[in-house]
Amino acid sequence: MDWLAQPWPWWLSGALLGLTVPALLLLVGKPFGVSSSFRHLCSICAPGSKLDYLKTNNWRGEAWNLLFVAGIVLGAFLASRFLSREPIVFLPESYHSWTGIGLLFGGGVLVGFGTRYADGCTSGHTVMGLANLNWPSLVATVFFFVGGLLLVWGIRPLFE
Amino acid sequence: MIRNVSALVLGVLFGVVLVKSEVASWFRIDTMFRFGEARMYLIICSAIGVALVGAQLVKRLGLKTVDGGKPEFKNKPFTKGTVIGATLFGIGWAIIGACPGPIYAQLGIGEGYALASFAGAFAGAYLYAWLKPRLPH
Repeated sequence: MDWLAQPWPWWLSGALLGLTVPALLLLVGKPFGVSSSFRHLCSICAPGSKLDYLKTNNWRGEAWNLLFVAGIVLGAFLASRFLSREPIVFLPESYHSWTGIGLLFGGGVLVGFGTRYADGCTSGHTVMGLANLNWPSLVATVFFFVGGLLLVWGIRPLFE
Repeated sequence: MIRNVSALVLGVLFGVVLVKSEVASWFRIDTMFRFGEARMYLIICSAIGVALVGAQLVKRLGLKTVDGGKPEFKNKPFTKGTVIGATLFGIGWAIIGACPGPIYAQLGIGEGYALASFAGAFAGAYLYAWLKPRLPH
């Protein structure tokens, strides 16, 4: 069972991530997606909001999505607690600072705003959208990478 | 009931894989954008491949859900947001080293600073709700 505590090989990781799509379709009846959870959370936190995007959002009908993301938190906790030998480090040490908090918050705003504006993230577009042969999802995926490459190769070097 | 329990259980499994695949690691995302290793590309492509076969089988065989319903497929339209929003998300993805699923996974492993990413994503979604009527679509 030692291999379980190591990082899993790419093919196992990819296959299991991909299987989430047919599993959700057959068990929950819903297309895979994560970023709409941010919209649902906004709708819940601002119940009297006059903003159309939050007011017209039937989050109760999409409650499965909130259970799914709650599951992600729980699953990640279980994996770090029982399936890992050493403490997991997923953020660079430099982010453990006030500057880091600012960067993470600002980057988070781009993630929340961008995924809602694009109507999907790497889950809803790159995995689910492409699996559904939905061509706008391919465009979205290309521009996800355009943005990431722009940051790493174009913007970040300006500050180094 | 079965739908809600399934959603939670599938979320748990997805969360486990996000951690054990290290897809939720800033270092993996950064290395991916630097073309430092093939791992993330292999994971993403194999995930798409498996999802594609699975989704198309469900669709073309007309499979029903376990409680006899019809699985929902969404055809998301192309808008200006598909380009502008996607690019902004990509920039944020490279900064925080996490897309939405991994933000939740980082919270789960007890990475407290991921709360800043989560708060940002929440604020960003609210900002979109507020600006939506004024944005090009």
